Amino acid sequence: MQYLLIIYSNEADFANIPDQQKAAIYQEFNKVREELGAKFVGGNQLQPTATATVVRVREGKRLVTDGPFAETKEQLGGYVLVDAKDLDEAIAIAARLPIARFSSIEVRPLMVQAQAAQR
Amino acid sequence: MDLEKLHREESGRVLATLIRLLGDFDLAEEMLQEAYAAALQQWPSQGAPANPRAWLISTARHKAIDRLRRNRRFESRRDEIARSADLAVQPESDSSDEMFPDDRLRLIFTCCHPSLATEAQVALTLHTVCGLTTEEISRAFLASVATMAQRLVRAKRKIREAGIPYIVPAKEDLPERIDAVLLAVYLIFNEGYFASSGDALVRRELCAEAIRLGRVLCELLPREPEARALLALMLLHDSRRDARATADGEIVLLEEQDRSLWHRDQIEEGTRLLKSAMRSGAAGVYALQAAIAALHANAKTSAETDWPQIAALYDALLRSHPSPVIEVNRAVAIAMGRSLEEGLALLDELEKRQELREFHLLPAARADVLRRLGRKSEAAEACRRAFSLATNDVERRFLRRRISELTNSTQSPS
Repeated sequence: MQYLLIIYSNEADFANIPDQQKAAIYQEFNKVREELGAKFVGGNQLQPTATATVVRVREGKRLVTDGPFAETKEQLGGYVLVDAKDLDEAIAIAARLPIARFSSIEVRPLMVQAQAAQR
Repeated sequence: MDLEKLHREESGRVLATLIRLLGDFDLAEEMLQEAYAAALQQWPSQGAPANPRAWLISTARHKAIDRLRRNRRFESRRDEIARSADLAVQPESDSSDEMFPDDRLRLIFTCCHPSLATEAQVALTLHTVCGLTTEEISRAFLASVATMAQRLVRAKRKIREAGIPYIVPAKEDLPERIDAVLLAVYLIFNEGYFASSGDALVRRELCAEAIRLGRVLCELLPREPEARALLALMLLHDSRRDARATADGEIVLLEEQDRSLWHRDQIEEGTRLLKSAMRSGAAGVYALQAAIAALHANAKTSAETDWPQIAALYDALLRSHPSPVIEVNRAVAIAMGRSLEEGLALLDELEKRQELREFHLLPAARADVLRRLGRKSEAAEACRRAFSLATNDVERRFLRRRISELTNSTQSPS
């Protein structure tokens, strides 16, 4: 099953982490990514919400505004897509990410075509 | 063969195994219902099987295969289930009961998965492990039946769609997963102890079930003191089961109970377990409640009950677990240990609390204190209020008797 790990953290707090510690976090992330092998399908850190734009199309009209989508205490900072045998494995992977110590990670299964049809 | 009795006693265990074999809660429940229907048809004429549990599992499995055969989308699932033939219960292995604790543990840990909201965990455990109906569960939680039904549907859907595995968690994950399970077991015991439905004062099967689950948890987690404390609490309460009701099934209050009917072996075991748990550092909600239960259980007569110590334990309990229901209990302990007036004042204050408006034991407690103060017509009034809120038939009969006792002996309005 594929799960999206949606990473929410306070970007100001994260930005304030000293460079050396940040570098260690990225290094650790790369190591975990390697260890996960095929289980790691994809993932990326996102640039801060200050770079965000919101796009909507309503009644044929395109509406473009300054982002982010919602002002929240913790912001969407990145994602990891994993292939795990069940929720427990996805949770274990999320907990292994070094970023888990500085963020809340929402773990959600991807919609499968057949399921989408049922809903 | 009493099918209803079988249903009550065995459903949880059978379901636990079926869920493992079929890989789906709803399918397992449906197929079990169909198996019971088949039993209802076949057993009266063909005779009940030597091993009803194994028969039910085998029948439900076959019905599942048939059902899935008709639904071609689930071809691979059907083959999986057919291939699990060797996992089906053999009559010999079934008698050792070794298989079932594992399946039931799988079931209870799955029902109590942290990905499910706590209320969903407890509701699902009560429903699937203990076989309570949605109505019974909703009464236990003072929630509406519709809310509870939705809660169960959503929980099972989440297990399916989020991919919650049907396993006993790995050793290193157990401690964090155990708290939810202890809570579920505790609530199961309470349901059996206070029996919100029907005439039976004690749903002994539930209490025995909870105690059995408690023992398995203690075995599994020997270094978890709160598991021991919970088992102690349940044993101590359950020790009074034969004294809590008359032969006609009417309530006998704690202070009036024939203490020679209390099960001393359980009291000893419970007290021992509690001491062991507290030595290991248990000081949580179960340990404190068990300590209170131990004080009652070890008092030779009700007059010798150490009420001040009980009140102090309720104080400690409230510090870590503030709860209006516990405040009611504390008020009663203070009424009995310090002064009736002081206890009554506390109960009067609690009457103002929104959360306690439907709690029948609050006016019942007030009624009792008022009765001891000789304020009979006020006591009768409080009893009437308690009566209007109580849903348990036995409690209602008790209250009705109290009301007539109090009103018949009232000499003048007070």
